[in-house]
Amino acid sequence: MDTSAKNGVITRSDLPLRVINSTPETISRAQKKVRRSFRQIRTETVFRRTLTIMGLIMIILVLGILLTLIIQSLPSIKSLGLKYLWGKVWDPVQDIYGAWPFLLGTLLSSFLALIISIPFSLAVAIFLGEYYPKGWMPDFLKNAVELIAAVPSVIYGFWGLAVLVPIVRNLENHIGVEPVGVGIFSSSLILAIMIIPYAASLGRSMIQMVPSPLKEAAYGLGATRWEVIRSVVLPYTKSGLFAGILLSLGRALGETMAVTMVIGNTSLIPKNIFAPGNTMASVIANEFTEADKPVYLSALIELGLVLFLVTVVINLIGKKIIDRFTNE
Amino acid sequence: MDGKNIKYRIGKSNVAQIVTTIFAFACVIPLLFILGFILKAGITKINWHFLVSIPKPVGESGGGIVNALVGSILIILCASVIAIPIGILAGIYLSENGKSRLAYWCRLCVDILQGVPSIVIGIIAYFWLVKPLGGFSALSGSVALAIMMLPIVIRSTEETLKLLPSSLQEAAFALGMPFHRVMFKVVVPVGISGILSGVMLAIARITGETAPLLFTAFGNPYLSYNITKPMQSLPHLIFDYATSPYDDWKNLAWGASVILLLWVLLLNIFTKLITRKWKVQL
Repeated sequence: MDTSAKNGVITRSDLPLRVINSTPETISRAQKKVRRSFRQIRTETVFRRTLTIMGLIMIILVLGILLTLIIQSLPSIKSLGLKYLWGKVWDPVQDIYGAWPFLLGTLLSSFLALIISIPFSLAVAIFLGEYYPKGWMPDFLKNAVELIAAVPSVIYGFWGLAVLVPIVRNLENHIGVEPVGVGIFSSSLILAIMIIPYAASLGRSMIQMVPSPLKEAAYGLGATRWEVIRSVVLPYTKSGLFAGILLSLGRALGETMAVTMVIGNTSLIPKNIFAPGNTMASVIANEFTEADKPVYLSALIELGLVLFLVTVVINLIGKKIIDRFTNE
Repeated sequence: MDGKNIKYRIGKSNVAQIVTTIFAFACVIPLLFILGFILKAGITKINWHFLVSIPKPVGESGGGIVNALVGSILIILCASVIAIPIGILAGIYLSENGKSRLAYWCRLCVDILQGVPSIVIGIIAYFWLVKPLGGFSALSGSVALAIMMLPIVIRSTEETLKLLPSSLQEAAFALGMPFHRVMFKVVVPVGISGILSGVMLAIARITGETAPLLFTAFGNPYLSYNITKPMQSLPHLIFDYATSPYDDWKNLAWGASVILLLWVLLLNIFTKLITRKWKVQL
């Protein structure tokens, strides 16, 4: 058998018995099998390639978003330059574009919301992570906090407009500022409620990751429960809690609908935290379809670009901190 | 700590615990207020007529929200058709090629996409679809919402598939199954509950999104089934009518808010049930 194969001549005795005894039907069946295997291998290659393409699509999508924003805001970058960012007047009718009122409005409302929400989200995180990790009461709290994140923002806005704004107006009457009701303070209150879940759920999982030997050692030294939390749990989870707060901030900066409905929508620089104003997201939502001049439209898109870059940086820093924390 | 009375320290600890508990449960109060207020204001506006007729013009009372209901369902359906296959395939890619360089960048992009403000996605859909196609359309709104769905679907698919024991896949490979059949006949069916709950979460999230629809689906006061034309949706209708000065329209918005709220809540509860039944960790 070996010799004949080496000579390149295949004799009948070289073939396996199966082939010798085969009828035409079995041969065609074998051919079909071979063809099917080849088809499967081809499909497999195509499938693997499709998967890679799907992975690529995500990258292209994000790059495409960035490029589109940059290209569309080029007219305004060219004609207005860097001073656009701290221009104090926004008057599209006279072709004056300055983004400072919106930057200020966004920063004020987001940071005020953050300051209001931090004690609450921290309390939820400590309560669920340390005091009562199990039971029906913490389960209820956990689901309720998740529910806060699930309610659509337009509903928060509607509720804010109907309920919160009159309350804030009363408050403003009492403390003696112009009683408008709508304004940065109202939108901060709404935002504060909306962003509680993000910091809370992240903080909870971080606090649960504190190794129990650390806590037990502190208890063994005679520390009370609060002392353990203050001097072991919180220092250990510091960076994780900070990441949660960053992610909340990212949410607050980009939130559009609820803010648009209660912030009052004026393009003037807010004089105090009770004054009406505008955020970057809300001015885009309000004026995008009305922008009739190319520079006007592109100035709005430049705001979108700034918003995009800021939220991306904040989110990436937050994610990096979380990754480092969970890998430790 | 030294020198301080132990009773003082225990008392301080207890006070801290009580304060934490009070603050933690204080978060629930505004939620209950909001839910209660919306239900109270909206539930009386809902009847059969409300569900099957289109909004009346200003000055006439009555009317319904059927155009927004149909529009929301169509837009979400289109968005799901676009996002679910891409999302699941990309999720499979990430879980199978976790360590490659492309996967690292892909994961980074998914993270970025998750944090992009919804209004920016609206701008993007406007320039990618509305402008080239020459007009506002429900389809462009669907694409915008699909982009928002993608990160959630991808993440849940990836996390679910990563948790599956690799022996499962290896057994299938040892039987000589080709890669795609291992994925579709073994891995995905086993992880379907996790993937499904991710999909439901994604749908629940985009149901309430208004900002990307403002300059894409644009809104439409009439009933329309044509996805290449402007279309109304529930959150958009709420936004338009809530900020209008007319009481009849505000009433419509209250009713629509209840419907939207129930829709989102049901989706969330359903997701909870799925995760509890199959014990998925998300």
